[in-house]
Amino acid sequence: MTIFDATVEGRTGFRLPEEKSYGFEPIDVLPEHLLRDSRPELPQVSELQVVRHFTGLSRKNHSVDSGFYPLGSCTMKYNPKLNEEAASFEGFSQLHPYQPEETIQGALELMYNLQNSLCEITGMDDFTLQPAAGAHGELVGMLLVKKYFELKGDTSRKKVIVPDSAHGTNPASAAMAGYDIVEVASNKDGRVDLESLDRLLDESVAAIMLTNPNTVGLFEKDICEIQKMAHDRGALLYYDGANLNAIMGHARPGDMGFDIVHLNLHKTFSTPHGMGGPGSGTVGVKTFLKELLPVPVIDFDGQKYRIVYDLPDSIGKIRSFFGNFGVLVRAYAYIKTMGSDGLKRASEMAVLNANYLRSKLVELIPTAYSGICKHEFVLKGTKLISEYGIRTLDLGKRLLDYGIHPPTVYFPLIVDEAIMIEPTETETKETLDHFAATIATILEEAKENPELLKLAPHTTPVGRLDEATASRKPKTRWSKGS
Amino acid sequence: MPEFPYLPQTEVEIEEMLRAIGVKSIAELFTDIPEKFDVDLSIPASADEFTVLRDLKELSQRNSNLNDLSVFRGGGIYKHFIPSAVQRIAGRGEFLTAYTPYQAEISQGTLQMLFEYQTMISELTGMEVSNSSMYDGASACAEAALMSVRINGKAKILISKAVHPEYIETVKTYCFGGNVHVDEVNFDRKSGQIDLSDLKSKLSDDVSAVIVGYPNFFGVIEDLREVRKAIPENVMMIVSANPTALAILRAPGKLGADIVVGEGQPLGNPPYLGGPGFGFFASKEAYIRKMPGRIIGETKDGEGRTGYVMVLQTREQHIRRNKATSNICSNQAFNVLLASIYMSLVGPKGLQEIARRSYDKAHYLAKRIEKMDKVRPVFTGPFFSEFVVEFKKDLSSFNKKLLKDKILGPLDLGEFRDDMKNHGLICLTEANRNEEIEFFAGRLEELE
Repeated sequence: MTIFDATVEGRTGFRLPEEKSYGFEPIDVLPEHLLRDSRPELPQVSELQVVRHFTGLSRKNHSVDSGFYPLGSCTMKYNPKLNEEAASFEGFSQLHPYQPEETIQGALELMYNLQNSLCEITGMDDFTLQPAAGAHGELVGMLLVKKYFELKGDTSRKKVIVPDSAHGTNPASAAMAGYDIVEVASNKDGRVDLESLDRLLDESVAAIMLTNPNTVGLFEKDICEIQKMAHDRGALLYYDGANLNAIMGHARPGDMGFDIVHLNLHKTFSTPHGMGGPGSGTVGVKTFLKELLPVPVIDFDGQKYRIVYDLPDSIGKIRSFFGNFGVLVRAYAYIKTMGSDGLKRASEMAVLNANYLRSKLVELIPTAYSGICKHEFVLKGTKLISEYGIRTLDLGKRLLDYGIHPPTVYFPLIVDEAIMIEPTETETKETLDHFAATIATILEEAKENPELLKLAPHTTPVGRLDEATASRKPKTRWSKGS
Repeated sequence: MPEFPYLPQTEVEIEEMLRAIGVKSIAELFTDIPEKFDVDLSIPASADEFTVLRDLKELSQRNSNLNDLSVFRGGGIYKHFIPSAVQRIAGRGEFLTAYTPYQAEISQGTLQMLFEYQTMISELTGMEVSNSSMYDGASACAEAALMSVRINGKAKILISKAVHPEYIETVKTYCFGGNVHVDEVNFDRKSGQIDLSDLKSKLSDDVSAVIVGYPNFFGVIEDLREVRKAIPENVMMIVSANPTALAILRAPGKLGADIVVGEGQPLGNPPYLGGPGFGFFASKEAYIRKMPGRIIGETKDGEGRTGYVMVLQTREQHIRRNKATSNICSNQAFNVLLASIYMSLVGPKGLQEIARRSYDKAHYLAKRIEKMDKVRPVFTGPFFSEFVVEFKKDLSSFNKKLLKDKILGPLDLGEFRDDMKNHGLICLTEANRNEEIEFFAGRLEELE
């Protein structure tokens, strides 16, 4: 039942203070055609009805707080409660973006310190905290590339190279900046194929976008060669920081030669995913790109923190105000809590957990690439089809019945029937053992009763939904009597 | 090694796990990273929860927060009453710590909430289809511009100079990426509305869309019917609206809007220095396949039970990659939850009362100002809850004085436009009590 179905005319969950009206009515001034002619059909329910409705909805969700969430490339680590506590301080949440600088010195200091911490963690020279999400950061990065070449007067570079294993946002972001996309193949070890890259990398290439470790969880060992190749031919190197959780305190993209970096604070820095957002996709650059960053930037003159808009070569504004400040507070709290020692430890435990789980699962389903992985790894589910007649999708759906969120499936695209697993550092060994045991149980079920998997899930609020019909004739809103 | 509450592995377990992997040490797991990259991070060492919270509290107290101020400043972010239930219910971990609802069977809470939200936005905007959110009002506006270009293949956008300046800048940045030309249209100096003759003079065959505010940045309500009349049918009208105002204004969908966007923060979201709020985005159904962002639809499962899924995913980056309608992946779903709870609580009558009261208070103060000597209202066009006044003397020193009285005074438009020195944008909402207004009016009357 939707909240609209609960409506009873005249009911409400809200009361305004009793105050004397001054007697000004829109109807006295506005022409009739600008006055609302019908009431917006919002729900009419009591406060308790609202509370029960949304509590009921929340129970239909899986979440990190309720169970294991080994979703590859999404870093579903624990979202510390202390971050929420800090973000709820009214000295952070009740700030207007157009307050005078002197009344938000604490907020500016937080942002300035966060910029500096992120510079140090990534080896970059400057950061903007404005992008609202990873893809937004990628767009900023690609616009920086475009502006850089425009200022140089180099108009010949129309292409951006992305690996065939890249996140979908990479090519989509480069396309939004007006670039043509060229895919570079991965080699049989799951890494960028240097020969192919060498062939593709000519004077028409503006940038190469890389994730390192890449989406199959492997460190691009040839990064030094790639870096040299790119820079020798005048292209910039872009780092998709989605997988930074593997290498904090062990390697920095800036030291690897990357010119632009985006981070997903909602992955590596523990801010909650919130059902899909808000995130934060902060972007770091080397000094030669600093003047191109979006405005405003936060600066410190030794006494006061300042908001600086005067950046003549800036790509401009990429959203309103300062970014998702509430998310920045949470990430800052996390960095303060973990510190240099904790961040390094977090990456080590993320890699330990991934490799431990890999060592347990490899006996059940082969990995796509052998050897030590970083924070995640990819299984190749083709065996499920050949041996049991089930697909990766079925395995994933059956996991739902066991209260576990499935891994990322069918991504990256370079692995058939891919199952991409990222346990994160915050899960216990028992959870990993239980997950491996559950996979074993499900494979037993597959052997005996494959239909059980094909029809899964069985215990969730709804079963598999008809997505095809839903997209053919989309019903995107509630309406009376339907 | 200190203890980390978020890291559960004990030394004994670590040994066991390393054995199972077949390596001797943690370091061995990192041998694929060239040694020369090894680094000691020069940031402070870890700390306990209580120390971190104490320090952050102290930092937060170095800000003056709106709960301690009388707020007469808006300009895109507004102080409204937010019922306690909003934050209390939304804070449930099942909402906060869930991912994007790719697995529909265990994300029905998220999906139904977004479906209900889409319905509410459709109702407010008068549009047939709403997506499930964009980053903010400015980026939603920019994405609307790019969407119009996708639909009609023309590569020029006209935007009114009376649209929020940060939105104009954002539209320009996105259009720089998309190789789309942006031209600005003057506003009428008297009314504060878009200058229709300037608009007509700038129309050409390559114009894809016209963007106006409703109300605009100056608080003035654009006459959308006249704007629609002034432009050819094949030019789209994009409206950037204030959602609270939509409770009493004619829905843009009924006045010929093709796409309606706006900042959703006024709907139950704390101001947070301007983010996170969310951008709402609604359009005609005919354009649904060209829309950016996630869209939720109703469907059935095998047993005929109603459920909700993400629809038309083939528009999106994870399927279509560089051919996607947008690169957007993360959106602002949690902020949409705050808005959904808020709209459910206040209901149609509540939202209209909030809008009407904001209108009433703003018009009362404007009327008082009409009789004053040192400050005068600037525009004659109808306004909602914000209006521009010109001060005879320096506005910034007046604002400094106001701050001593714990008043966050008018937004200084001189900081946005050179030709609006000592122009202030005054904002009132239902959260401004009458006694605050009297006090502020008194300060204005005392101006010398």
